[in-house]
Amino acid sequence: MPEKYTFQKEVANLMGPLDGNPIDVCIQCGTCSASCPAVEYMDYSPRQIIAMIRADLKDKVLNSDTIWCCASCYNCLVRCPKDIKITQMMYALKRYCIWKNSYREGAIGPDFSRRFVKIVVKTGKSYEPGLAPAFMFKYGMRGILDNVTMGMSLFGKKRISMLPKTVKRVENFRRVLNRIIPVGVKE
Amino acid sequence: MKYSYFPGCSLETVARSYDASARLTAEKLGIELIELDDWNCCGATAYFHIDEILAHTLCARNLAMSELAGLDVVAPCSGCYKNMRATSSHLMKDPELREHINTALKEDGLEFKGLRRVLHLADIFTEEVGFANIRSRVVTALNGLRVAPYYGCQILRPALGREEVENPDFLENLVAATGAQPVDYPLKTRCCGGSLIMTRNPVALKMVKNLLKCATDQGADLIVTTCPLCQVNLECYQSQINRKYGTNFSVPALYFTQLLGVALGIPASDLLIGSEMEPALGLLKGYVSEALCNRP
Repeated sequence: MPEKYTFQKEVANLMGPLDGNPIDVCIQCGTCSASCPAVEYMDYSPRQIIAMIRADLKDKVLNSDTIWCCASCYNCLVRCPKDIKITQMMYALKRYCIWKNSYREGAIGPDFSRRFVKIVVKTGKSYEPGLAPAFMFKYGMRGILDNVTMGMSLFGKKRISMLPKTVKRVENFRRVLNRIIPVGVKE
Repeated sequence: MKYSYFPGCSLETVARSYDASARLTAEKLGIELIELDDWNCCGATAYFHIDEILAHTLCARNLAMSELAGLDVVAPCSGCYKNMRATSSHLMKDPELREHINTALKEDGLEFKGLRRVLHLADIFTEEVGFANIRSRVVTALNGLRVAPYYGCQILRPALGREEVENPDFLENLVAATGAQPVDYPLKTRCCGGSLIMTRNPVALKMVKNLLKCATDQGADLIVTTCPLCQVNLECYQSQINRKYGTNFSVPALYFTQLLGVALGIPASDLLIGSEMEPALGLLKGYVSEALCNRP
C-alpha cells in the first residue's frame, strides 16, 4: 500500500530542497510568532501554522488568514534557531492556494497577485493603477473615497502615470517567458 | 566608480524623487550610474505568489544584462534588491534551473552567468564612497535636524548576517555625515506593511501608525527611507491614520538621497523635494539658502 502523501510532505516539496531546513525540524519555540509584526491580525500564528501542517490540517491552513497577512518582512526567517525559511513557506502556501484556487473568501491577495502578473507578462513592467481594481472597492465607501483622493493627490504630484510603460524589446521579453511556460503568446 | 543602475518600476512613477536624487547625489560624489538598458520589472512580492521560476526569470534577464554591461548592478528599491540577490544566489545553487532559464534568455540574446554583484544603492554610499568622504563634501551641514533613519525589511533581510540584521547603523552614520542628528528608536527595522497597504489595509495602517508613533515619540522631525514602498506607506497614509486613530501625525518622509543631496548643496527642487505628501521644505528652509529652495 502506498504511503500517505501528507500535507507536510507537500509543503516540503513546495519549498524546494535548496534553502534551509524542512519544517520537520521545528521545535515549536515560537520565535517566529513573537517576531511577526502582523501576528495580532492572524487567525493562527506562524508557529501554529507549522504545527497544523505537521498535524495534516490542510484545509484549515489553506483557509487561514495568516498566509495573506504575511508582508514578507523576513523577521521570522532570520531569527529561526532551526533555520527554517518560514517566509518562503508562506510564499509556497500562497502559491499553493492560488494554484488550487482554494483560499479564504474575501482575500484580496490572490486577485492582486494575479493582476500584477498579467500586467508584467504583457508589458515587462508593473503599473499601479492596473492593480487598483483588486482592492479599491473592498474597504467600503470610505475606502473608495480614500483611494480616489490618494490617486488624485499622487497624480497632482506627477507620481502616477496615465499609461503603463513597456520594455523596449517586448516581443523578445514575451518569448523568454513563453519558453518557461508556453501559454498566451503567439509565436 | 561605475555601476549598472536598475531603477525599478516605482522610480519611474511614485518614487521619481528617489530616482532624481539618486542620480544627482551619485554624480556629485563621483559615482557613475549607467541605467540598465531595457530593464524589466523585478517581480516584486506578487510574482513569487504565482510562479517562482518565472519570477526568477524576470530577475535573471536584468542580471544577464548587467553582466553584458560588465558592471555590478545597483538597485535603489529594497524589494528589487532582495529579489535580484535571491535569484542570483538561487541560480548559482541550482545549475539545472540556471540552464533552463538561460535557454529561455537566449530568445533575447542573453545569458546569466552569476559574475556580478547585486548591491543596494545605500551600499554605494556607505561602503564604496564612505562616511568620511561624504562628510568632507557637505556644504550645508544640517545641524540640529532630528532625522529618524528607517531601514524597513528587505535591505537587511534576509541578506545580511545576524548581528547587522538586528541592529544596523549604516543609515545613522549616513545621517550623521550630513550634520543632522540621527534619532534612535526601537522600531527602525520593523516592517511598514509593504503591499499589505493594498491587500490588508487595516493591518498595514496599524503597522505604520506604530512606526510613526515610535519615531516621533523620540523627537524625529523627519524620517528617511531606502525604499519606495516604505516611503509611500510612511507618508501618504498619515491623514487616514490620524482619522482612524485620533492621532496628529504630520512628519515628512524623504529618501536618504534627498537628505544627502540637500547637504551636498544640490537645489531642493532638483531633488524633487516638494513632491511628497507631508511637505519637507518648511523643515529644510532653515538649512538651505532660499536659492536652493525653489519649489518644483
